[in-house]
Amino acid sequence: MSGAAAAMRAGEPSRAAAHRGLLAWVASVDHKQIGVMYMLSALLFFGIGGFEALLIRVQLAVPNNHFLGPDTFNQIFTMHGTTMIFLVVMPMLAGMSIYAVPLMIGARDVAFPRLNALSFWLQLFGGFLLYFSFLAGGAPNAGWFSYAPLSEPTFSISNGVTYWVLALTCLGIGSIAGGINMIVTIVTLRVSGQTIRRLPLFVWMTLVNSFLIIMALPVLNGALVMLLADRLLNAHIFSPAFGGSALLWQHYFWGFGHPEVYIMILPAFGIISEVIPVFSGKPIYGYEFVAASTVAIAFLSFTVWAHHMFAVGMGHVFELFFVFTSMSIAVPTGIKIFNWSATLYHGRIRFTTSMMFALGFIVMFTIGGLTGVSFAVAPIDWQLTDTYYLVAHFHYVLFGGSALAIFAGLYYWFPKMTGRMLNERIGRWHFWLTIVGLNLTFFVQHPLGMMGMPRRVYTYPDLPGWMILNMISTIGAFILLASVLMFLWNIVSSLSSGAPAGDNPWDAWTLEWATSSPPPPENFALVPPVHGRRPLWDLKYPDRADELVAAGEG
Amino acid sequence: MSGVPTLNPFSPGAASISHLFMAILFVMLAIFLLVAALVTVAIIRYRDRDGAPEARQEFGNPRLEIVWTLIPALLLAVVFVFTVRTIHASDPPIAGHRPDLRVIGHQWWWEADYLGSGVVAANEIHIPVGRQILVEVESADVIHDFWVPELGRKIDAVPGHPNHIWIRADKPGVYLGTCAEFCGNQHAWMRIMVVAQPAEEFAAWQRDQLAVPAVPESGVAAEGARIFRDQTCINCHAISGTAGNQRIGPDLTHLAGRRIIAAGAAENTPANLFSWLKDPDSIKPETHMPNFQLSDAQAHALVAYLETLK
Repeated sequence: MSGAAAAMRAGEPSRAAAHRGLLAWVASVDHKQIGVMYMLSALLFFGIGGFEALLIRVQLAVPNNHFLGPDTFNQIFTMHGTTMIFLVVMPMLAGMSIYAVPLMIGARDVAFPRLNALSFWLQLFGGFLLYFSFLAGGAPNAGWFSYAPLSEPTFSISNGVTYWVLALTCLGIGSIAGGINMIVTIVTLRVSGQTIRRLPLFVWMTLVNSFLIIMALPVLNGALVMLLADRLLNAHIFSPAFGGSALLWQHYFWGFGHPEVYIMILPAFGIISEVIPVFSGKPIYGYEFVAASTVAIAFLSFTVWAHHMFAVGMGHVFELFFVFTSMSIAVPTGIKIFNWSATLYHGRIRFTTSMMFALGFIVMFTIGGLTGVSFAVAPIDWQLTDTYYLVAHFHYVLFGGSALAIFAGLYYWFPKMTGRMLNERIGRWHFWLTIVGLNLTFFVQHPLGMMGMPRRVYTYPDLPGWMILNMISTIGAFILLASVLMFLWNIVSSLSSGAPAGDNPWDAWTLEWATSSPPPPENFALVPPVHGRRPLWDLKYPDRADELVAAGEG
Repeated sequence: MSGVPTLNPFSPGAASISHLFMAILFVMLAIFLLVAALVTVAIIRYRDRDGAPEARQEFGNPRLEIVWTLIPALLLAVVFVFTVRTIHASDPPIAGHRPDLRVIGHQWWWEADYLGSGVVAANEIHIPVGRQILVEVESADVIHDFWVPELGRKIDAVPGHPNHIWIRADKPGVYLGTCAEFCGNQHAWMRIMVVAQPAEEFAAWQRDQLAVPAVPESGVAAEGARIFRDQTCINCHAISGTAGNQRIGPDLTHLAGRRIIAAGAAENTPANLFSWLKDPDSIKPETHMPNFQLSDAQAHALVAYLETLK
């Protein structure tokens, strides 16, 4: 909480008269404080979700283990998935957008500051509601996907799944409000001169992402209400035994669930698209293509949901449609990878911790993206879905992708948020431990899945090779624990003794670096003029301003 | 690749998937190496050091964008064509065939009904070598998934939505499989064993399965038969030749001939059967089989009876 304390000092001068201490945070409608609170709550739940991951890995370290019983294990893996998705990655990325976007567009705050506060408190309340289930007779145990009819009251008799439904509904409402807030903010509050074609790519991707949120989350919330009716009113919507349909739930869930994957990665793409150019000393390569490919991904993401359902027996005609759309997504994703890589060429690359995480992202996310293509190939999916190969795939996307990008973004913006630099030496340790731990934990899960190990099992038979690979994965998880502790230590020690950051420690170009670190409550005394995508570059090199160069090159 | 069943096919369907998967693995490896090389070369050549040239302010190149849009798109088009072929090769249409076998997923065991023959097995599925077997996959409760990777694709057992797949084994042997869709507490121990036998051996097995075992009339085994009848076992389990005909738990008519009990949680030995009857949770925690608080003598008698069910 000392991160909160330091950032609070920053906001204090003008607010000191009104509120002090904790109340200054609880009553805040300032986007910077709300953004920081989002990030802190995400860090809190990251600790909890990570602890759950360690319990899972300890249980699976050896075959026929009795460390956790089946129902306990099912509660833990359900909570791990739900926590990491809804209480860590989403709020962390939302927090970064809420903090950085108004600064990047030269605005004083978001369009609806009170709604912003409501979103955050709904988020936090939803998290606590989910975890309250442990005290109310047991956590949800039907997986983060809660497939019917296993999630129906006939088969899941504790109140866990009901808490899961209520908590996710709450989180969904907060996210939708947040999405609307971001769209209105970006559309209406940009400083004059910052046209849509001059938006920083992080803002671009937040905008697209916000549309995904307001279109995808309502699908989930609608389905959640139906599941709630099944659980509390015996509506039997998803109960085949009473004339309902089990597959209908899957269509609803993945109708939300696949866009959700992109909700967790698009802002990460945005972070990478800011960090790589700054530390290469060059503008992003192919700005229009990076932005347009994001829009393409967002559209396509609503057409691919049933590739999660290749094993349900849909019939080949439908399967081929989803094979085609799912493969198509690889093209705009590839465009991004190539443009980030091209940005490095002819640059002058500074190996800050932030940049190292961004480079790690390109390589690790590529692994997750490629294995993703193998799941678009339906026959391969028929063999490998619901095995550890799939677990490996989406952890390369979510840890190798989203989490590495989040670390890159936190090292990048921490000086702006707190006025202090994070320690680069500890940062390097954090980076390398993360890379080693991530690959030990998840790479071996590819062969495990190919060897036939299903996922979501609390234990497994002692078949040849299974134990050694599981043991390696568990060791990797503990290395990841060490890396996270290193990161927390870095935050805590840098808050009190980090080097002062100054306004623009990275020599970056977007507007947030034109104000003090941390910024004053009103954000800017004066917003610099915007004539291009890199206003601070133009200010620094008026004779080589982007628009002159672009005009000169024709 | 014997330890890697998805790459070790024993049926034409599994083989077509395995070949495509191997090819895709190589393509994936090549693309990964390309990206890794792009990044590595860049960070070595363009790192910030004394005397390094200033960063070149360039904004992109539409021609390059077209290249790295079209090449992956073409590559994917090729993959799509092979995918279509493999879909049809690995999962051919039923084309009016009647299923040979109905496999029903239960929490947490598999029932196998040999349609038309009257044979009912559990967890251990015998098939004749070299013949395409059409399996109808259903569920009695939640969604399960039938998966024997060496013999072909997996398919969900969805309640109210019967599915069909072809399986086939080209060599005699024992093939391991498992439930692949999360189905509750004992999803882990819902394993499948497919025993592929030459035609005449399979026919003999089927004949044995149809034989009605004699109910023992004296000794400990007779006591066991009485307990089976009187102490609620009969409410869930069937044994032909007795009044037991319920299908809630596995059919026990030929239990003694099986290799495994509790869907793979333990080998079928008298000692394990005894532990299972005394306390099912000791073998398969939180399973649906209740603990009936049998005395040692009762459990021994039941084991003696069950061991007669060859």
